Amino acid sequence: MVNKIIIRNLNLWFGENHVLKNIDVSIPEKLITAVMGPSGCGKSTFLRCLNRMNDLIEGTKISGGLLIDEKDIYSDSIDIFDLRKRVGMVFQKPNPFPKSIFENVAYGLKIHGVKDKGIISEEVEKALRDANLWDEAKDRLSSPALDLSGGQQQRLCIARALAVEPEIILFDEPASALDPISSAKLEELLGELKENYTIVIVTHNLQQAARISDWTAFLMLGELIEFDKTEKIFTAPQDERTENYLTGKFG
Amino acid sequence: MRRFKQTLGFTLLRFSVFIVFLSLLSLVVFISLKGFKMLSLSFLLEFPRRGMTRGGIFPALIGTLLLSTGAILFALPLGILAAIYLKEYAGAKKWVRIIRIGINNLAGVPSVVFGLFGLAIFVKLFGFGVSVLSGSLTLGILILPVIIRASEEAISSVPSSFKEASFALGATKWQTIRKVVLPNALPGILTGAILSIGRAAGETAPILFTAATFYTRHLPKSPLSEVMALPYHIYALMTEGTKPEFQVPIAYGTALVLLLLVFAVNFIAIIIRSQSRRKRKW
Repeated sequence: MVNKIIIRNLNLWFGENHVLKNIDVSIPEKLITAVMGPSGCGKSTFLRCLNRMNDLIEGTKISGGLLIDEKDIYSDSIDIFDLRKRVGMVFQKPNPFPKSIFENVAYGLKIHGVKDKGIISEEVEKALRDANLWDEAKDRLSSPALDLSGGQQQRLCIARALAVEPEIILFDEPASALDPISSAKLEELLGELKENYTIVIVTHNLQQAARISDWTAFLMLGELIEFDKTEKIFTAPQDERTENYLTGKFG
Repeated sequence: MRRFKQTLGFTLLRFSVFIVFLSLLSLVVFISLKGFKMLSLSFLLEFPRRGMTRGGIFPALIGTLLLSTGAILFALPLGILAAIYLKEYAGAKKWVRIIRIGINNLAGVPSVVFGLFGLAIFVKLFGFGVSVLSGSLTLGILILPVIIRASEEAISSVPSSFKEASFALGATKWQTIRKVVLPNALPGILTGAILSIGRAAGETAPILFTAATFYTRHLPKSPLSEVMALPYHIYALMTEGTKPEFQVPIAYGTALVLLLLVFAVNFIAIIIRSQSRRKRKW
């Protein structure tokens, strides 16, 4: 097992607010790692460290090491736009652009300088296929993305992320706005995607974490309480706080 | 007693709305009645004749169209770019707040002051003379605050989730603004811009010293020619000349044309807004 992401002593502040505290964790390649924990524990913030989306928030301070393929992504030599191309992200609420289905997927290619129409439509088709949306979308590529159902929109957002050929995909509670059937389709898709991508998923839903992930990190009040194989975390947690959380003593 | 106070309050509110509506309605009806008999195609398409006691308002109509178009051509790009900078790049620094207060205050400056400013800067300093160009630039500065504010509001209304999605794909800020923010803000920006065209068309004071002339027998030949304009034409008809029995009806006819022009422009803005609201799903 290769570790794709290595995090050493990561600390993050929003102004005076110490949000992430001394986090050490290594995230394995081409597996699904779930990050769970009660609301406000910093799991979304943690996820947004991995593609430096926190940089957009004024007053963010960060220390420690965050290595992808053994390179520190916070070093000056890193091109942040290239980093975000390598580390894709899917958000909590489906957020397709108010453009056509095709243009949504093509967007990432275009901003990274792909001009050839043939290549763009090939890549769009491939991304839609990989996101299990091709069969539903192939006859309506030019219709507005916002006409799709919620579940389809979320898969479109996944296709949009896949089109720029990332190595890692971050999911921030991707199923929380979806109905159970769409949610199940999404989980199935995640299982397929892990063959090619390293996946980190933040989830509020314990059963979901248990079903889909290989490794699980449990975060509380900005601290990493426990990180282990998912089956171990759910059957024999080492820390009392993890056990209390899993058994519903708080949440 | 409480019930009585409530009834009294409601009556007062209703009465206020009624007064507002009545004054607007009477203005429109009054101008229409007075100006209606002047309206004809030849009134719109003929030059004034016999010391402006006969004929139409063609050169004034063209002049007003040129001045408003010139104003918007100058103010719209400048206003949009300024709004983008203020909204997306400037952040919350102190000098930005000062600039924003300055812009808002600019909107409250009496329009005759803009006229004097235009005279000093464009007419004299830049040497554009009394001309379409000077008048357009002066009107442009007058409507700039409106355009900036409308653009800022339109830019703010674009959901941040769209911007996040773009950034997360590795787009630069500029790409995000150009491809995500602006296209979605455009209907709002255009609505504001069109409303300000109506404002520019109706202003008299800013063009008084910078563009307008009492009477000319020619349409402007170049941006440096002086022009007639509808609001100034009304002013001229009412204050100059010796035949009020002919001039006053023409003034009301001109006022009605100006009113209809402004209504038409505002109507277009309303249509654009409702169209984009209907299409918009976010």
